[in-house]
Amino acid sequence: MSATILSAETLHTDHAEHHDHAHEAKENVLFGFWVYLMTDCILFASLFATYAVLHNNTAGGPGGKEFFDLRYVFIETMFLLASSFSNGFAMLSMHKQARSATLKWLLLTAVLGLGFVGMEVNEFTHLVMEGNGPDRSGFLSAFFGLVGTHGAHVSIGLIWMAVMMWQIFSKGLTPAITSRLLRLSLFWHFLDIIWIVVFTVVYLMGVL
Amino acid sequence: MQVHQTHAHGSYRSNTTGFIISFLLTLISFGIVMSGNFPSTLALSIIVVLAVLQIIAQMHFFLHLDSSPSQRWNMMVLIYTLIIVVFLVVGTLWIMYNTGIRMMPMMPMMH
Repeated sequence: MSATILSAETLHTDHAEHHDHAHEAKENVLFGFWVYLMTDCILFASLFATYAVLHNNTAGGPGGKEFFDLRYVFIETMFLLASSFSNGFAMLSMHKQARSATLKWLLLTAVLGLGFVGMEVNEFTHLVMEGNGPDRSGFLSAFFGLVGTHGAHVSIGLIWMAVMMWQIFSKGLTPAITSRLLRLSLFWHFLDIIWIVVFTVVYLMGVL
Repeated sequence: MQVHQTHAHGSYRSNTTGFIISFLLTLISFGIVMSGNFPSTLALSIIVVLAVLQIIAQMHFFLHLDSSPSQRWNMMVLIYTLIIVVFLVVGTLWIMYNTGIRMMPMMPMMH
């Protein structure tokens, strides 16, 4: 037995006879979610392609070099990475059926994720206030489109996480809830991986 | 139970290893660009390699995706998706680059 999130091997606490069926069903559900994430990958790929095409079309407005603050983006990145790390601990507590530990780790994950979204909203607000909103240039449209879509995913993940915390709090770590938590965890790690490409392609390459 | 404990231990280690590796790779990437000491082509190649390494590290340590039989279908879908992504991104850039060149205003000399 290998330690995996992608295969639900460590999930069941059921009786042996239900074991195989429940196991297979969970594996299938997780596989289906993985396929969804891969289609999301293609969505992001088209936004990246659009950004790559438009990144020089600043129409007299500011380019990335003028307003990207790498120190700020580094802290933002750390928030997301730390939340992925803390989410890993939430999953380990869940496998041990430790309800309150799972809740605490999820809360930490959500707070860190909220920090990330907060910093991004702050960055966007400043840009819009200075008249450099998505309507300013092709570059800014692509920038807001790409980074904003990622941010929207993280925000939806946060809502999902809040719902899951409520479910764990009121119903405990039932098989259905642990199965949902596994998918949420997959979603969260996936968003962190997309962010690696965002900070490299948009922010770091934008300043080079 | 024994198996379960060993594996839980392994997962704690894997989660922490993944975090440390990702942190270091991110730090180096930002450090290289922020220091400004590297020629941009060199810096560009380094940060691309570091990003790829970090993606592989997170897939391995956080998602535990590998080439084991239980992961075969997850891996298949991932590889298929990556092929589509390459077509999409490279194809877009190729077409738009050519379109860009063809739409360039005519040089005065050519009149």
